[in-house]
Amino acid sequence: MKGALSPQAAAELIPDGASLIIGGFMAVGSPQSLIDALVARRARGLTVIANDTAMPGKGIGKLISAGAVTRLIASHIGLNPETQARMIAGDIDVELCPQGTLIERIRAGGMGLGGVLTPTGLGTEVEDGKQVIEVDGQRFLLETPLRADFALIGAWQADYVGNLCYMLTAQNFNPMAALAGRTVIAEPESIVPVGVIAPDSVKTPGVLVDHLLVRPAH
Amino acid sequence: MDAKELIARRVAQEIRPGMLVNLGIGLPSLVANFVPAQMGVFFQAENGVIGLGARPPEGMQDPHLTDAGGGFVSAVPGAASIDSAMSFGLIRGGHLDMTVLGGLQVDEAGHLANWKVPGKMVPGMGGAMDLVTGAARVVVAMQHVAKGEPKILPVCTLPLTARRRVSLIVTDLAVIEPSDAGLMLRERAPGVPVEAILNATSARLIVPETVPEMQL
Repeated sequence: MKGALSPQAAAELIPDGASLIIGGFMAVGSPQSLIDALVARRARGLTVIANDTAMPGKGIGKLISAGAVTRLIASHIGLNPETQARMIAGDIDVELCPQGTLIERIRAGGMGLGGVLTPTGLGTEVEDGKQVIEVDGQRFLLETPLRADFALIGAWQADYVGNLCYMLTAQNFNPMAALAGRTVIAEPESIVPVGVIAPDSVKTPGVLVDHLLVRPAH
Repeated sequence: MDAKELIARRVAQEIRPGMLVNLGIGLPSLVANFVPAQMGVFFQAENGVIGLGARPPEGMQDPHLTDAGGGFVSAVPGAASIDSAMSFGLIRGGHLDMTVLGGLQVDEAGHLANWKVPGKMVPGMGGAMDLVTGAARVVVAMQHVAKGEPKILPVCTLPLTARRRVSLIVTDLAVIEPSDAGLMLRERAPGVPVEAILNATSARLIVPETVPEMQL
């Protein structure tokens, strides 16, 4: 762990054109202050890898509305009409990926695997342009790994060395995302002394985390 | 009883004690209302909870506990929270006993289309392709016709969700089981004659000698 940053300082670390894996599911578990800071610094040309784009005014939806995103890999954009409109207008290049395949691609990227073999998507539009590999007589699609310049993580608690734990359905993509970013920035809801998070409760070990966001009290 | 309740009640009869079940958003989510708590069924929400419970009381909602539609939920005793890799590991690894999904079209091969209307609606597949590919049993819960147009067709005209044959189709008119031979008409809704079902279906249906009414 390199230290704690203000949301503004974190947003300055992320250059225009960067690729980001962002945790969250319909904005639940997304790093909200970090997203706000990226919008405030008028970030442009971002590639976003995330489950969804929430809805206008919420979570990743704010980055979409601000025109910060030019490429998106997601499983679902149905609840954000702005994402669909910008996709149709050609302002955002959208790749739709089955949700289970998306999380496994992120996992593969984060764990150093060369890809994932899955039957999901076989015989559908998802198969287009992809390699089909047969293993023991069964056909699978080869899905390639995903990594990004930055992983932006929403966590419940962090301790001073960056260990993270999550709350209920707010964990979603976050633990895998933390493996797949070259630089990992986590926004916890609280920061506690080392030892408060029991070793068995740590879902993301602090060795993966480069920066924590300071709490608003600072 | 309205059409949606009829469908939800009939689908609920497919659920056995102790099952792990994933309900899609919309109509399928109503099925939970007709599954008694003492059956020990666990409902999964793919965003990360096994043991989904009812809506919390007013003012008690917590943004850390939502369902796959983003709505506030609670959890039942014995619930577990999981990350997305575990959640889809359950779905794709054959650990999910049943999924109930809405449908835009189903065809004679039992193929489901439910994620895209080219040029009109491109919401993304979310977890639907994983669910149809991986769940032990796939039940489609939908209205039999949409705006007067049959939804059960010889061949789907919309993009498929998966190549896998679904297990059962439950509509407001009928229960239909896809098989090697084709679509078997298993049950009809109360008071609905077989003729009316055939008229509302553009796919070929195999009609046994007797087609009992749904017992709701």
